[in-house]
Amino acid sequence: MSENLVVPTMAEMLAQGKQPEVLFWVGCAGSFDDRAKKITKAFVRILNRTNVSFAVLGTEESCTGDPAKRAGNEFLFQMQAMMNIEVLNAYEAKKIVTACPHCFNTLKNEYPELGGQYEVIHHTEFLKSLLDDGRLTIEGGQFKGKKITFHDPCYLGRANKVYEAPRDLIEKLDVELVEMKRSKANGLCCGAGGAQMFKDAEPGNKEVNVLRTEDALEVQPDIIAAGCPFCNTMLTDGIKHQEKEGQVKVMDVAELIANAQDL
Amino acid sequence: MSYLDNILFAILLIVGFGFFALNVKKIIRNINLGVDVDRKDNPKERWKNMAMIALGQSKMVKRPVAGVLHIIVYVGFIIINIELLEIIIDGLFGTHRIFASLGTVYDVLIGSFEILALLVLVAVAAFWIRRNGIRLKRFISSDLKGFPKKDANYILYFEVVLMTLFLLMNASDLHLQNVPGGFSHFHKAGSFPVSQFIAPIFNGMSNELVMLLSEVFWWLHIAGILVFMNYLYFSKHLHILLAFPNTYFANLKPQGQFDNLASVTKEVKLMMDPNADPFAAAPVDENAAPSKFGASDVQDLNWVQLLNAYTCTECGRCTSSCPANQTGKKLSPRKIMMDTRDRLEEVGKNIDANKGVFVPDNKTLLNDYITPEELWACTSCNACVEECPVNISPLSIIMDMRRYLVMEQSAAPMSLNAMMTNIENNGAPWQYNQQDRLNWKNEN
Repeated sequence: MSENLVVPTMAEMLAQGKQPEVLFWVGCAGSFDDRAKKITKAFVRILNRTNVSFAVLGTEESCTGDPAKRAGNEFLFQMQAMMNIEVLNAYEAKKIVTACPHCFNTLKNEYPELGGQYEVIHHTEFLKSLLDDGRLTIEGGQFKGKKITFHDPCYLGRANKVYEAPRDLIEKLDVELVEMKRSKANGLCCGAGGAQMFKDAEPGNKEVNVLRTEDALEVQPDIIAAGCPFCNTMLTDGIKHQEKEGQVKVMDVAELIANAQDL
Repeated sequence: MSYLDNILFAILLIVGFGFFALNVKKIIRNINLGVDVDRKDNPKERWKNMAMIALGQSKMVKRPVAGVLHIIVYVGFIIINIELLEIIIDGLFGTHRIFASLGTVYDVLIGSFEILALLVLVAVAAFWIRRNGIRLKRFISSDLKGFPKKDANYILYFEVVLMTLFLLMNASDLHLQNVPGGFSHFHKAGSFPVSQFIAPIFNGMSNELVMLLSEVFWWLHIAGILVFMNYLYFSKHLHILLAFPNTYFANLKPQGQFDNLASVTKEVKLMMDPNADPFAAAPVDENAAPSKFGASDVQDLNWVQLLNAYTCTECGRCTSSCPANQTGKKLSPRKIMMDTRDRLEEVGKNIDANKGVFVPDNKTLLNDYITPEELWACTSCNACVEECPVNISPLSIIMDMRRYLVMEQSAAPMSLNAMMTNIENNGAPWQYNQQDRLNWKNEN
């Protein structure tokens, strides 16, 4: 049973001679990872509700090459980048929104030099702009009064200095936003970046995601908000490790907004 | 004969600055062993960074205790150097307190030097306690075993000796200024808020003896400064000079933006060009990119990364903020910088010993200093870069060495190879078909 999401592709748009307001770059996690797909859908529900004209590349989308580049495989990264740029440029993409900070950083910072010049924004920034323009209203709903802490994804925060957009959105939910002892520029990594997501950790005495989850649990939140599918996975695993999955949930900012309004 | 002092002083200065100049030349030579990278863009932003971060210490105070203590020592260092100017003029021309004619200004100057000297002593004591008493984690880690730990303490002892000599010099001077009816050339000059309390120790000594002591303190003070200056080259303390160029030449791009290897771009473009003749001989390019991808040794790094290595003062803020290090992994960003400098020094000595050419020594920065295990533990989170009070980037060195491991040696961990194969085959790090990318739309 489908929930009737309207998800046009760039190809369909082109066939109708239309250019969407924004291209939604779903990313590999958002396309394939079961947990991340929920974030993708929550974001699309908001886009549908606010009548944003958008389109995805669908089967024409491919990995941005971020994990290859961070692993040191510059060849593979640039191959991916140039193929993606060819597709994006063919559709004359101007503005790209993505719910993955890794895709965001790569598209925004590393593609221009290779011929891909776009305005790239993270979905929390995009939602914030919809809010500012009065196109999106945010209600607290089921989250009213809940204690929420936001985990800064490295590639959104430190890497690109986006700290306020996700926090502004969360505060609109009528919740108590609490900061972990390490946040914003001092935020601690979830442990997934730099291609770590795809390999075992080196020998040590703890997993990074467990350490970060401890930071979060210290402020006793009801919900840990994230803005990255990989952070989401790492923190969810961390919560399971601490056997707190009954009390604490890890949710993306887009899910918070969509679920608050029962979208 | 009366010029003997002046001549001796001039010789001391020439030797001191001469050796220092040789060391600086060697540092510049070694830094230039790195490959070129353009950091001349946006001078306005660069000057601003230098003013804020190096001169203004803006990143130091992120950790307030160490930050404030450091500012005291730093301001002390800069301000007391004004006094050095007087010492040099006095020494060369046989004058005594040449700036005394400034009157009240001079009193204020000397008075503030003294208060700063006292504050420096207090701060240095606090630093010593942090290192040797409280034993903060970042100061007792294995990175600092051996010389680095001693080096840090030597620097503190140097500061104590120099500040003490400065105060003793003033105290003995003050004692002689106060001799009823005056004594020799010791005219009244300066105010001595701190050394006035030290001066009484000279009571009961003959004026001649105090004068001799005063001269001994004066000479030891200036000689100590020159020795300290020359010690910089061998120690982690070069940051007092190199922090300025280092913050100027530091990366201005977003921290998440890693450079795109131009040599790779060329090859990838050729590969994707349907008109390229696959059998054509490779075009000979005078400015051909280096034949090596990534870095296995210091000569493969760029000169800013090598400047970074000389600038690092081993404070360990990077390592203490590193997620890998905090969870017990071997990676320590500070060690990456220390290893890079140690290897660079080794290469430099090799060049010196072999008449200006590097003779391969069967060693490299990779493996002999930095192990793949350290490199693979990095999450590329930029915490180390953010933390560094002088904008050093250990991450850029880690990334360049990973590139070498992957592109030159195909030595990535097996699971990463699987991830990369997936990207190559189906455009995602996992084994999903690209044709299934939009399936989520219709799933529940």
